[in-house]
Amino acid sequence: MSGPTFGRKLAINRLRERRSLDGAAIDRFLARHDVPIVEGSRCTFVHRGEADEVQLIHRTVGLPEQLPMARIGGTDLWYVVVELPEGSRFEYQLEVAIDGRRDRFNDPLNQRLAHSPMGSTSVCYARGYHIPEWTQPHPEARPGELLDLVVPSRALRRDTDVALYLPARFRRSARYPLLVVHDGGDFLHYASMRTVLDNLIHRLDVAETIVAFVNPADRLVEYANSAAHARYLTTELVPSLEADFPLLGTRAGRCLMGSSFGAVAALSAAYRYPAFCASLILQSGSFVFTDIGNDHGGGPVFEPVVRFVNRYRATARRVADRIFSSCGVYEPLIIPNRSMVHTFESAGMAVRYVEARDGHSWENWRDRLQEGLSWIYPGPQKYFYE
Amino acid sequence: MTFPVVLLGPQRTPTLDMVVQSMDLNGRFATITAGWLEREPDDEELDDQLDGRGVNLSLYARWLDVQERDPEFAAAERRLRAVLDEVQELYLLRLDHGLAAVHDVRRGGEPGPLHAAAVTEAIDAVRALDEQHLARINDVHNEFYELWPPHERPVIAHHRAEVARLLEDAAALIVTGGHVGVLVNAMHLFNVSASLGTPVIAWSAGAMALTDRIVLFHDRSVRGPSNPEVYGRGLSLLRDVVPLPHASARLLLEDADRMSVFARRFVPARCVLLEAGTRVDTGSGGSCPVGTRVLAEDGRVAVLEAASA
Repeated sequence: MSGPTFGRKLAINRLRERRSLDGAAIDRFLARHDVPIVEGSRCTFVHRGEADEVQLIHRTVGLPEQLPMARIGGTDLWYVVVELPEGSRFEYQLEVAIDGRRDRFNDPLNQRLAHSPMGSTSVCYARGYHIPEWTQPHPEARPGELLDLVVPSRALRRDTDVALYLPARFRRSARYPLLVVHDGGDFLHYASMRTVLDNLIHRLDVAETIVAFVNPADRLVEYANSAAHARYLTTELVPSLEADFPLLGTRAGRCLMGSSFGAVAALSAAYRYPAFCASLILQSGSFVFTDIGNDHGGGPVFEPVVRFVNRYRATARRVADRIFSSCGVYEPLIIPNRSMVHTFESAGMAVRYVEARDGHSWENWRDRLQEGLSWIYPGPQKYFYE
Repeated sequence: MTFPVVLLGPQRTPTLDMVVQSMDLNGRFATITAGWLEREPDDEELDDQLDGRGVNLSLYARWLDVQERDPEFAAAERRLRAVLDEVQELYLLRLDHGLAAVHDVRRGGEPGPLHAAAVTEAIDAVRALDEQHLARINDVHNEFYELWPPHERPVIAHHRAEVARLLEDAAALIVTGGHVGVLVNAMHLFNVSASLGTPVIAWSAGAMALTDRIVLFHDRSVRGPSNPEVYGRGLSLLRDVVPLPHASARLLLEDADRMSVFARRFVPARCVLLEAGTRVDTGSGGSCPVGTRVLAEDGRVAVLEAASA
């Protein structure tokens, strides 16, 4: 339910004020409302069931870590009202305690789920958030093709699996820019990137582009400022693709992209080989750093990242011409990402930085793809006059 | 130019059939749909408008044929494209600063003669940059055609001869919209202008391709408003005309300051709005008739009156 709520009590409060509240009334209430109940900026999360405690579990920076639900007296209905600013996406689960046992699970009353390699979570769309229509399959968008390649790597001492996206109407006689996407399989599965590319190219928002989706073996090692990974990208993968496919083969025609640790991998490869690519797309980069001491809070896996980011911040240099950077304001990495904007700009790079009311999630990264890709490789829209 | 050139608004709701009837044209019509790229042959609707009398010149298919059968020329053309892209990128960098200066000067200072002169000088600097850029693009093209004379390439020469023959037999040439860069490149490559002697009816990208200066514009793109940019020379059938297809959909017409700079950049050319239903019967060299809607120098949309037409 939505609509004007100014001066109107929340649905949950109207329910609470009823004189007699039995199971049938709660059934009717739940049948009438989509859960969570979004009324203006206030979102009511509810749970039904016997329990000693019910908590809303989330990872949104700024809200209390635990959001306990209150039971409506005499019933098995629990609720909590959370203020979510317009345009927010909020991922959460429920934790129910019964007889000392605690179970976490997705909200059974909410069909909306967000998926990631770690599993799924429930998601609440606050007022003003809409799934961008260009993330959904469009009947008129001609699909590109995905080729499965195996690229042997001496640098990584393994064969690497690469999914190569060729745009619709691919022609050998044309020349295409190249985008290399870290955590490629995840971008395809969880960020609908194939559909997004089909649509954005169809809409002329993004240039026809060949996209290499690469996957790590151990991402916490390969993506944490690894010399071997940078060597793989610059001396093995891309030269091999440029030999076999009609790519521009110039610095201007290469872009590295990644999110989280993948963004570190993209930046560190560009740092090691600054003449390699002109553009970077860095989403929610794990750019953790310290200004003093060593208490970065990221644990041992972040040690090489922190050393790299500290070094880069101390002696920032131009590693590309343009950087598109984005981050969710509800994720812990928002401060490091904001800090890096100035660092990048001070090194003489053009930066487009975008924030969203979202967390460290694949759907956040998906929703920023139009802005990022159309800035890095703008489509031919300006040439078309139908 | 001694034959009529008629510019139309976008043809989503077609008016072509009425225009053709009004011109009392007999015989077959040569059509160019190269701007539609791989959809070039999908011209049934266009042919219906022409009462089944359309003959598609298939310039895009001919260009693809050149790509395949003359790989040496195709590779040279790709190198040309890379140079032109670089020239355009450098121009856009300079243009960005030039237009930022114009807007900064417009916003700053007290209104008065000094301020007005400063604005004019800032716009003149952009006009000079536009001219310089157009000259550079022409130099690059000329150098290319000297090195790779198209008429000496057998595949291209064959296609040129066919196109000339088809145009000779046509009662008029119809040029549709689409990708203006691909369209104008194909029209140049197959030397369309050399064989023209019949009326021309064009819209959208087709209208732009007939001019002596193609200006790209898109204020409502997903990346936000972009600077109107000089792209290159068209067939130059029309001089001092800057067609603005889909003007209200693509331009921030309500932003008079922005539109004023647009119009003043290209004076004495007229920036002609080509909206749905528009018909502009141009006169000799590209003069526009009374009633033509144009961007005036004050940034507002004006209608040409007798004295100014």
